[in-house]
This record gives sequence, structure tokens and C-alpha cells, in this order.
Amino acid sequence: MQKPRYSVFSIARNAMNYHKDWERAWRSPNPKAEYDAVIVGAGGHGLATAYYLAKNHKMTNIAVVEKGWLGGGNTGRNTTIIRSNYLQDPSIAIYELARSLYEDLSQELNYNIMFSPRGVLMLCQTQHELRAFQRTAHANRLAGLDCRMVSPAEVKEIVPIINDDPNCRYPILGAYYQPRGGTGRHDAVAWGYARGADDMGVDIIQNCEVIGIQRDGGKVVGLETTRGVIKTKKVGVVTAGHVTTVMDMAGVRMPIESQCLQALVSEPIKPVIDCVVMANTVHGYMSQSDKGELVIGGGTDPYNNYSQRGSFPALEHTINALIETFPIISRLRMLRQWGGIVDMTGDRSPIIGKTPVDGLFVNCGWGTGGFKAIPGSGWVFADTIANDRPHPIAEAFSMDRFTEGRFIDESVAAAVAH
Amino acid sequence: MLLVTCPVCNATGDETDFHFGGQAHVARPATANPEGITDEQQRDYLFARINPKGLHFERVRCDRGCGKWFHAARDTMTMEFKAFYGITELPPDDVIAQAKGGWAEYFAMRKKKQK
Repeated sequence: MQKPRYSVFSIARNAMNYHKDWERAWRSPNPKAEYDAVIVGAGGHGLATAYYLAKNHKMTNIAVVEKGWLGGGNTGRNTTIIRSNYLQDPSIAIYELARSLYEDLSQELNYNIMFSPRGVLMLCQTQHELRAFQRTAHANRLAGLDCRMVSPAEVKEIVPIINDDPNCRYPILGAYYQPRGGTGRHDAVAWGYARGADDMGVDIIQNCEVIGIQRDGGKVVGLETTRGVIKTKKVGVVTAGHVTTVMDMAGVRMPIESQCLQALVSEPIKPVIDCVVMANTVHGYMSQSDKGELVIGGGTDPYNNYSQRGSFPALEHTINALIETFPIISRLRMLRQWGGIVDMTGDRSPIIGKTPVDGLFVNCGWGTGGFKAIPGSGWVFADTIANDRPHPIAEAFSMDRFTEGRFIDESVAAAVAH
Repeated sequence: MLLVTCPVCNATGDETDFHFGGQAHVARPATANPEGITDEQQRDYLFARINPKGLHFERVRCDRGCGKWFHAARDTMTMEFKAFYGITELPPDDVIAQAKGGWAEYFAMRKKKQK
């Protein structure tokens, strides 16, 4: 069922027909009675998992079930930042795998995900932060990442609109720079993976909520959904903020708390900033979309929240921080604001792997920074499900690290912005 | 903006006047039995949390008032507070009756212990 390729010629050909004949990017099939594996959650991570299960492991009799619509959760709500300059070795491995897969993902999927390696600049605004990032820089250099520390003068050169007053409350003391980091079009990542997976025969079933996980003697045997029972021996749960809700159905308690993380965009303006700036001390990060909107994100609410509407104080705090950092934006009007429910773990690193229930796999805990990891996360999770053992990169992210005290501690290393 | 009322000093204020301290009623097993606790108990104490979509119970500190810690019962979908109660107390019975899942199990266990 090879889909026609998207190309400049297909655009021209369809323009001749007034764009009436574009094929649907994916089907909307009814669920079959049984699949070899079912992924719960059609966000970026879930769709990438399905794509790599089909492509790398030849498992094409699989389905992705989604409560709402494809890519309608955190995949469409993040600030699209892609970087891999984390402190701990396991984090570097998985985020760098993801970042490198992003580089040619448009070609791989024949779908323009608009990956833009425009550079990610992480500001150092206290002596402590400067030293912490120098430490990260050394760790990253040992791991072979292309990253470097830059001086305050160079920061001003890269981002001319930044406030470089040395007497302000949090002066710029330097920055940690990953030139190969950047942004991507988040919806396109979900859509591209969906189209690619669908092309290989994966059923993507939307408006299909899981309401029960059927087990027999500690093994998964099927899923109860709002569209009937689906028999399967392998289930991969990739439901971010709702992971505890789903895992409770199988009696597995997750070390996760769900919180709301907000983002907002300004009215579109002419280009003013051509990289991503993250200001972790003052809690805010900003980049400019191709449409000209400033894309702004900050910290989470301080309490559990499933409502996808964040608190005003959190928003105000983010805006305060960014106006101090970029005084030029103080009179911009904001166009849209929204919230996503993020799944926070104790060490701010994800959980990938097997669970105490046979055949039940989980990929969650990406918290405030999952978008950047989508291709790598899907890659290792597909391998984990197909071979029924953790992929070498996923091994460190197993759930039992919380029992063993073997944390992958990124909450201190990356402060607010993941 | 959430409005919170401290049950200790009866002051009502914005959420920014208070500090949220995470899940309520988490007992530290090592306090009662420092030598006998298992890795699983310590994991549950530090990391396993009840994370309900709906009624939740949490700790709050009256930061800019009396400074005391207390408990709040709040719905995580609607953000509505159902009750504020003291740090050594259990929630009112009518609120306990609305609890589901992990919280229903927890309060049933507490009730059994009281008897």
C-alpha cells in the first residue's frame, strides 16, 4: 500500500487539480479483533514506537489506540525545542540518538518536519549556574557532543536583543551553546510518523479510549476500549500525563505526578531572534517560529493538575523573567496560551521498559522535555517491545532504579528547562 | 488564581500566599522502624505517589500567614477545594466518601487501624 511520495512535482500536479485529489495521510480503520502489539497513546512517542516497530522489527500487525485525536496532547503543546546537552551519560545517549535521528527525519519520513538546527543557548545568570554548565560541558565533551561555553560578548552577538546590562539582577555571565540543537514542527513529527506507520500497515485508531487492561496469570491478554475488546499479548503504554490512570488499570503504581506546564505565543513580528534561548535561573525560554510568533515557555504549576489549564502566577512568573531578559518584548501582545499535562518523575528522567506485568511495557516520565526525545524514545522502546528486553540505551531508565537508588538525576542539572 | 483558606489561622489568600507540599498523608516508615524497612518501602515513601484525576489530598503551608502546615482536599480536574483540615487530622467523612482508587484504599486502611 505504498503511498505516493510528497515532492515538488506532486505539489505541482495537485495544483493543476485544484488540490482536490490529495490522498489521506492515514486511514481511520476500525479495530481488528487481535493485534501482535498495541500502543496506547498516539502522541509523538507512541507513533514513533509504532513506526520503528514496523520498520526496524517488521511488526506490522499492530495498532495505536488514542483517546482523543492523533498528536493532540503534549506533542502539539510543547515549545518544540530539540537539544541533547544533558549531564548524565544515559540521558546524553538517548537524547543524542533522538537529535541525530531528527537531522534526516524529513527525508526518512518523506514529510517535512521543519527541523531547524538554529542553536540552543542556555544562559548562565549566576556563578553557580555558570559552574554547573561548565561541568555539563565537560561531561558532554567526553561524550563527543558538539557543544561549547560562550562568553557574554558572544551571547550578545548571537542574540542582539538580549539584556546585557552587567548591573541587572541576573546578569549574563556566559552561556552553554549547542549549535546543532534547535526546533522542529511538532505536529509534523506526529503526522509524519503516523503517515509512515500507516503506510506499513499499522492501524491508528483515534477516539478509542482504553478503559481496562485484561490480564491472565500476570500476563497481558487484551485491552478493553470504548470501541470494544482488542486481544493482544503486548501493550506499550505511552500516555504521558495520564500514564498513572492507565497503569492503575493493570494494578501497577507509577512513581509519577501529573502537573500542568504552560506555553504561549506572541503576535507575529519580524525576525528578532534566530536561536533558542533558555534562561533557567529566571525560569523562561523563548524562540521565534517561522510565522514570526515568539514561542515562550516556563515552569510547571506547583501542584497536581489534569485540567490542561495552568495557573496565572506560573504564567506571570515566566513573562516577568523573559521581559527582564529581553526588554524589547515588553509591549508585545500575546496571541494564544495553553497547558499540557506533564508526567513528572522524582529524578526528572523518563521511565522506559518492562513492568511487573508480563507483556506490559511503559514509556513515560518525559516530564517537561519529551518532544526532543521522540525519535530516540520510539527507537529504543520499539526494540524493547519487539525483543521483550530493554534496549541497551533504555536499560538505565528502568522503573526499578527508584528501588535501587540508581537515579538519573537531571532535575539539578537542567533546573526548570528540560 | 486559586483561593486557599488556612484552617489554622482562618486567613484566606491567593495560592501565591501558600506553599504546596505535595501529597498528603505520606508516612515515613523509617521513623517507626529504622532498621527493618525494605528498599520497596523506602521507594514508596520517597517516590510512589497517588496521582488521581479527580479528588486529591495534599499538604499546604500558610507561607505568609501563620506559617503552619495543613491539609487540603482538591479536585485536580476542576481545581475546586473540597476541604481544608489540620495537619494531624483526616478529611471530613463526606469528602472521604468521594475518594476513589488509591485514596479510597488508603482511607479504608486508616479507618480499619482506628478500630
